[in-house]
Amino acid sequence: MIAEAGHYALVLALALALIQSTVPIVGARLRDPALMNVARSTALAQLLFAGLSFLALTTLYVTSDFSVANVFENSHSAKPLLYKITGVWGNHEGSMLLWVSILALFGGLVAAFGNNLPLSLRAHVLAVQGWIAAAFYLFILMTSNPFLRLAQPPLEGRDLNPVLQDIGLAVHPPMLYLGYVGFSIAFSFAVAALIEGRIDAAWARWVRPWTLVAWIFLTLGIAMGSYWAYYELGWGGWWFWDPVENASLMPWLSGTALLHSAVVMEKRNALKVWTILLAILTFSLSLLGTFLVRSGVLTSVHAFATDPTRGVFILLILCVFIGGSLTLYMWRASSLKQGGLFAPISREGALVLNNLFLTTACATVFIGTLYPLALEMLTGEKISVGAPFFNLTFGPLFVPLLLAMPFGPLLAWKRGDLRGVTQRLMAAGIAALLAVALVWAWTTGGAALAPLAIGLGVFVIAGSIVDMAERTMLFRLPFGGAFRRARGLPRAAWGTAFAHAGIGVALIGIVCESTWNTEYIGTMKPNDVARLAGYELTLKDVTQRQGPNFRESLARFKVTRGGDEIGEMTPSKRNFTARQSSTTEAALLSRGASQLYISLGEEAAGGAVAVRMYHKPLVLMIWWGPVLMAFGGLLSLSDRRLRVGAPKPAKASRALQPAE
Amino acid sequence: MTRKQRRLTMIGGALVVLAIAAGLVLNALRDSIVFFSTPQMVAEKQIPVGKRFRLGGMVEQGSLVRGDNLAVSFKVSDGGATLPVNYKGILPDLFREGQGVVAEGAMDASGVFKADTVLAKHDENYMPKEVADALKKQGRWQEGEGGKPVMSQGAAKPVVTQ
Repeated sequence: MIAEAGHYALVLALALALIQSTVPIVGARLRDPALMNVARSTALAQLLFAGLSFLALTTLYVTSDFSVANVFENSHSAKPLLYKITGVWGNHEGSMLLWVSILALFGGLVAAFGNNLPLSLRAHVLAVQGWIAAAFYLFILMTSNPFLRLAQPPLEGRDLNPVLQDIGLAVHPPMLYLGYVGFSIAFSFAVAALIEGRIDAAWARWVRPWTLVAWIFLTLGIAMGSYWAYYELGWGGWWFWDPVENASLMPWLSGTALLHSAVVMEKRNALKVWTILLAILTFSLSLLGTFLVRSGVLTSVHAFATDPTRGVFILLILCVFIGGSLTLYMWRASSLKQGGLFAPISREGALVLNNLFLTTACATVFIGTLYPLALEMLTGEKISVGAPFFNLTFGPLFVPLLLAMPFGPLLAWKRGDLRGVTQRLMAAGIAALLAVALVWAWTTGGAALAPLAIGLGVFVIAGSIVDMAERTMLFRLPFGGAFRRARGLPRAAWGTAFAHAGIGVALIGIVCESTWNTEYIGTMKPNDVARLAGYELTLKDVTQRQGPNFRESLARFKVTRGGDEIGEMTPSKRNFTARQSSTTEAALLSRGASQLYISLGEEAAGGAVAVRMYHKPLVLMIWWGPVLMAFGGLLSLSDRRLRVGAPKPAKASRALQPAE
Repeated sequence: MTRKQRRLTMIGGALVVLAIAAGLVLNALRDSIVFFSTPQMVAEKQIPVGKRFRLGGMVEQGSLVRGDNLAVSFKVSDGGATLPVNYKGILPDLFREGQGVVAEGAMDASGVFKADTVLAKHDENYMPKEVADALKKQGRWQEGEGGKPVMSQGAAKPVVTQ
């Protein structure tokens, strides 16, 4: 019954989405407020039914109803409750249902909180949301229905893939989807602006918070996915330049560019046409990401279910939305008026530079991800493009971007004073040079690039601090005065400083981890000692244990440094009975920002066990960085000007137009 | 500066960055892409010693030999030809004889493939896409055997050791 109800709710949501995508547009054409308001109620109702459908699937999972094919394939009655719930989106059908539910959630939020939007803009935005939603409801209902029943219900399910039975999976996909799908709002606003042929600073002010929300979630989602891969896959890698990771990185890059260009548009009414294009591209890349992951056209570590009809269907959605919006863009963009002037050396100029590098970096990732696919289609040759490609292209493009980053917030709008800013950044420059010299001296004769890269990271962090010190007049006013100024600063300024510093923090972590990572691989017997980066790791024993739906062999290591006991680490290897597969549970021991990492290999003869150990210096900074960035985003989101409400649109066009 | 000059500066700057990026991409594509081969293709094409490529195929039954200090050797076959592979390190959880595998590395002078990376996917009936395609081409693989799709869902686990 529940499965049928969930299925029916999904069909109703589709019907509502179809109404939402047509009636408000007609209403806007006829200038009929009643018809335009249909958008609001249908979006809220659609959220209700999509939510009910999702709830239905969750209930089926929690009650282990194996008469439903999807539950049978991906669940097991002995699985802990948490993983029963997260298993809902641990498979293709369920994750698509999560996708549309989040889409409906965003549509519903615009409907609920968009009261200060002009009526016709809101109608258009929600209508475009309706188109996207309708396309994906159709996709789910036609190619990946999660509510299909089995003719002969089995007694036990096939269990969720053990790698996915982890708290990381509980949070990573929803976060990522909140990011991906959140960009649909910016897309809908862009298409709505093109349909209306009108765009102004107020538009940017409405779009910015939504983009920021999506960006925060995407940042955290990517970071979480990376940390999950780091501890769950058992070999300590945190970024593989895998197509699926690239698929999430591309919208992040263009979304970051969009955030920055929207600032220019909001403050200076410039870069309108470009901002619209970025909004379209960002969501297009999100759709592309969905396609890459869901169609399985690329070999990836995340090989999900693949089915040609699904790939073709998503490709169709992709072509219609990207092609359609870009055609609309070409047709209508010229009607948008040019905005404010600015000199090349100015805040606007710096933000243009930021956009230029971010989009170019995004393009190189795009090429590296899709080139193998294109080459295989054209010549039949199979290649793989791996980390070296991205290190050689993406890396060099980020260097000038990071060098320029501290200058941006210090430059004035319209026309900036580069020399003055350079003088003010002197402290940051000195800090960076000191860092380079220190690291160089400390690691004598090591890699030459690493100290320079660390210096760059320090420069970025120090630049943010200088920016804040300048704004609060720290050292020039008495401390109390500076504190008062600090409290009075717009939260967005603090947000910028935190987000920029976050990049520097992550950079330092990345450089340290990849340069000074040490490892030990070998077989160990109980009481054997492995020495790694000044630590002694002693294998105490290996024991067997029975978990809820797995058996594991657990190794206990004593960690000492110079005779002092620091702690115990217990990596394990789990065997999942239902799927006859095993996972490696790495053990982590944090020391400041550095970590010791142990994972187990197969058991060798005579009670020996293969182990892989790493010492990863400052590795945690890789994820602290994104957390700082997300925190900066959150601060910026709480900025007063976004809460108080948007200014009136440039032209109150509806009031001035004569009635027909 | 006039509006026109400003725009020209901007476009000029953008073109410079794009040109640099294009140069980087072309350079990287020349040096850092890795081709995929099956043992059959290795036998036909003369791949120079030391040139990195990805080798895909099935791990031959009974060919896995574990040596000292985590050294392993096994044979990869695609039905047509067989190639011995040496690897030192921990094999992925789902590495099994008779299953598909993708290894990255290079040939050494004695005709043995020295792998530094072995990838195996985390699913009992998973077949790496390249391997499935290659085997299909030789008519040795039927799509969806036993009513099961060739690839079912499952995240994979790459294992890399340097």
